[in-house]
Amino acid sequence: MNRSLRRFIAASVASLVLAACSTASDTSAPDTTPEDGSLAGETLVVYSGRSESLVDELFTQFTAQTGIALDVRYGDSGELASLILTEGKASPADVYFSQDAGALGAVSEVGLLAELPPDVLEQVDERFRSTSGQWVATSGRVRVVVYNPTLVATPPAGIDDLLDPQWKGKIGYAPTNASWQSFVTALRVIRGEDAARTWLEGFAANEPVPYEKNGVVRDAVNAGEVSLGLVNHYYLYEKIAAEGADAVVAKNHYFLNGDVGGLVNVAGVGVVASSAKQTAALEFVKFLLSAQGQQYFVDRTFEYPMAAGIDAYFELPKFDALNPPAIDLSDLSSIEATQQLLEEVGLLTR
Amino acid sequence: MSPRSRVPVALLVPAIIGALIALLPIIYLVDVAFDRGLAAVIDELWRERTLRLVVRSVGLTVAVTAAAVVIGTFTAWAVVLSGLRAGTMLLVVFSLSLAIPSYLSGFAWISWFPELSGFVGAFIVLSLVTYPFVMLPVAAAMRSIDPVQDEVARSLGRGPVSAFFAVTLGNVRGALTGGALLVALYTLSDFGAVAAMRYEVFTWVIYGAYRAGFNPARAAILSLVLVALALLLTWGEMRARGATAPSRLGSGLARRQRHHLSPGFSALSIGVSVIVVALGVGVPVVSAVSWLMRDSERGLSTTRLVSSILSSFQIGVFTSLATVLIALPVAITAARYRTPTTRWLERSTYVAHALPGIVIAISVVYIGIRTVPSLYQHIPLLVLAQVIVFLPLATASMRSAVEQSTASVEEVARGLGANTFATLVRVTLPIAMPGILAAAAMTMLSSVKELPTTLLLRPTGVETLATSIWTFSAVSDYAAVGPYAIALIVLSAIPVAVLTATTSRVLRAS
Repeated sequence: MNRSLRRFIAASVASLVLAACSTASDTSAPDTTPEDGSLAGETLVVYSGRSESLVDELFTQFTAQTGIALDVRYGDSGELASLILTEGKASPADVYFSQDAGALGAVSEVGLLAELPPDVLEQVDERFRSTSGQWVATSGRVRVVVYNPTLVATPPAGIDDLLDPQWKGKIGYAPTNASWQSFVTALRVIRGEDAARTWLEGFAANEPVPYEKNGVVRDAVNAGEVSLGLVNHYYLYEKIAAEGADAVVAKNHYFLNGDVGGLVNVAGVGVVASSAKQTAALEFVKFLLSAQGQQYFVDRTFEYPMAAGIDAYFELPKFDALNPPAIDLSDLSSIEATQQLLEEVGLLTR
Repeated sequence: MSPRSRVPVALLVPAIIGALIALLPIIYLVDVAFDRGLAAVIDELWRERTLRLVVRSVGLTVAVTAAAVVIGTFTAWAVVLSGLRAGTMLLVVFSLSLAIPSYLSGFAWISWFPELSGFVGAFIVLSLVTYPFVMLPVAAAMRSIDPVQDEVARSLGRGPVSAFFAVTLGNVRGALTGGALLVALYTLSDFGAVAAMRYEVFTWVIYGAYRAGFNPARAAILSLVLVALALLLTWGEMRARGATAPSRLGSGLARRQRHHLSPGFSALSIGVSVIVVALGVGVPVVSAVSWLMRDSERGLSTTRLVSSILSSFQIGVFTSLATVLIALPVAITAARYRTPTTRWLERSTYVAHALPGIVIAISVVYIGIRTVPSLYQHIPLLVLAQVIVFLPLATASMRSAVEQSTASVEEVARGLGANTFATLVRVTLPIAMPGILAAAAMTMLSSVKELPTTLLLRPTGVETLATSIWTFSAVSDYAAVGPYAIALIVLSAIPVAVLTATTSRVLRAS
């Protein structure tokens, strides 16, 4: 007993020392803005609902160019929104960068995001920014039907066609995916609760096949396991980029007729109202909307750019041609009601 | 053992502090839940859906607990009493199941067997992840059984099976119910498995309230239902535990007990053991290894892997030291002084274990940022949150260790003039040391795989193994997940080894 106890204590002490060293280096001097107004040397705390593997390169570029360091806390967009709501005015966050508009809507609703200046807001189409000016979209994604042309001659023209018995058991979807749930939220907001429930019941009766994630849905369509998949537009291009165009038979069908199925949802950013570093935080927002930031999203994620006159990835329909359904994106914050409805019609949980 | 009614102040005060720490989340929950008045709470709860959630959560908890008791008792028996040669080896392998986070295991299962989603999948994953909570204390208790009891029962005409149920299980009752309680509370609070299996229980809805509803008040109200269920469970367990703790009369050492098995039964036991290990450890480990074979978008960053291992280790060691220190007074008072006060103190430490990690994290955020803002998002508050999560694991393990040593030795020490403190340090603690080490190891193990409090409370920028796994699996980059998952399992092998070593030491000592 004694020997192992001694070893255990030795290991603990060693790690305590390690910890003490690293904590000491964490608690560096408090940030001060230099007198000359330069922001270099400032540190911003970013709560990022966009994943690290997607954005850390862009964040590094920001620091290299501005000298503003970033402390990034990655997490689920919704959890981070709840975290800011719990922290309230004491939040250490300076910037909230979210995967979807709904979570931004929830934080801005209680006044925890600062109003952005007009020169920032006006860079983005007003459909894709907060109506109260508290956040802007940084990139967009459109809902599509990915289909397998060897199995499908004419893809459905709108979501109501998905209820046709010919698709019974042949549609793949990702029940827990946030973008699918945003689409259902849009359906509720645009058509009303009753009509949304009716559509979902019809959809459920058509026995759609649930998959873990959107990427798996796409692969199932490509492999011919199912004929159609309800996903975001970029999954197809990710696969083509990874495996080459020859390996991919699946194609995207875009609803260009204003159908709810063609919802455009966005990732967006807001400045936390209680932050003492408003200027630096705004720099960060401007950087995301700059040509460099926008081009990064186009190249890395195949998403639609939102500002700076950048063109979308050449394979995509022009953004102006998309004709998405009209909706205030902040209204997409009622995701919990959507989940409850999905649970009731048996499309979410078992 | 003779329960004495007066608890020394030197033990009582730290025990009360431990219990209060464990109850911090309750303060937050009540504060937030009743923010809009009692009517809002009733309105939130008085729904058909609440009843459905209670039925589903309780159903899953009962099923998982039953399965974990069966598997845990069987594995303990296989390790200690079966006479299978590989006993200690088996204990290590069986315990490894504890090292595998339910989110990883859940994901491995669902990607191989998508048709399992729902109750069945959640049941399988949780039973396999939790049975060591039963196996470890029961194995320790089985080792201290005097084989004479079994022989007496056999000589009075009982068959081997009957004697097993009457004598062996009778002797390990306290360990069994304690382990079962941990399993039940863990099941109520787990999110990883039910999320992978899309099974709608309380934690599912509570996470939904945070992630999709941005509604901490609703989450708090639903969490209070879990607290009520936890109180009910701990109360039930204390009734079932029985008034007497097992002990041997007289002095000396007991012989090691072995059951002699027929070759057929022996083969069957080996077969079942192999299946348990293959399902509990094999499925997730093979998945993790198969992820390594896939193409990753990015190369493995060794720096990040190493720093993740170090952070996980560091947080794990802090958490386990703090948890053991805080739980020890509660465990000693609960084992030695059976008064209503000590019973309540012990019960308090269990309650938070039924709460999903995110609720504890958010409550520590809420309280921490308002009271000690300078510590917010630094290691101490993260450790505090994890202490709250893991207190019951440590308390349970140490309480049964203290109980198994006879109180009479302490009385002798006092009779020889040692004061309470000296008795504690020179007699009680050394005797309970295997249990204390086991508690430390179990806490460390759980801390390393813990995700929700780490995600919200770690210092900004610090990555652990668990957060790295989360990061890469969120973007389906499983090739990148592989090394972290394997590192997590390997790192967990250290506490598992401590756990096993201490449990086998109990064996050799007895």
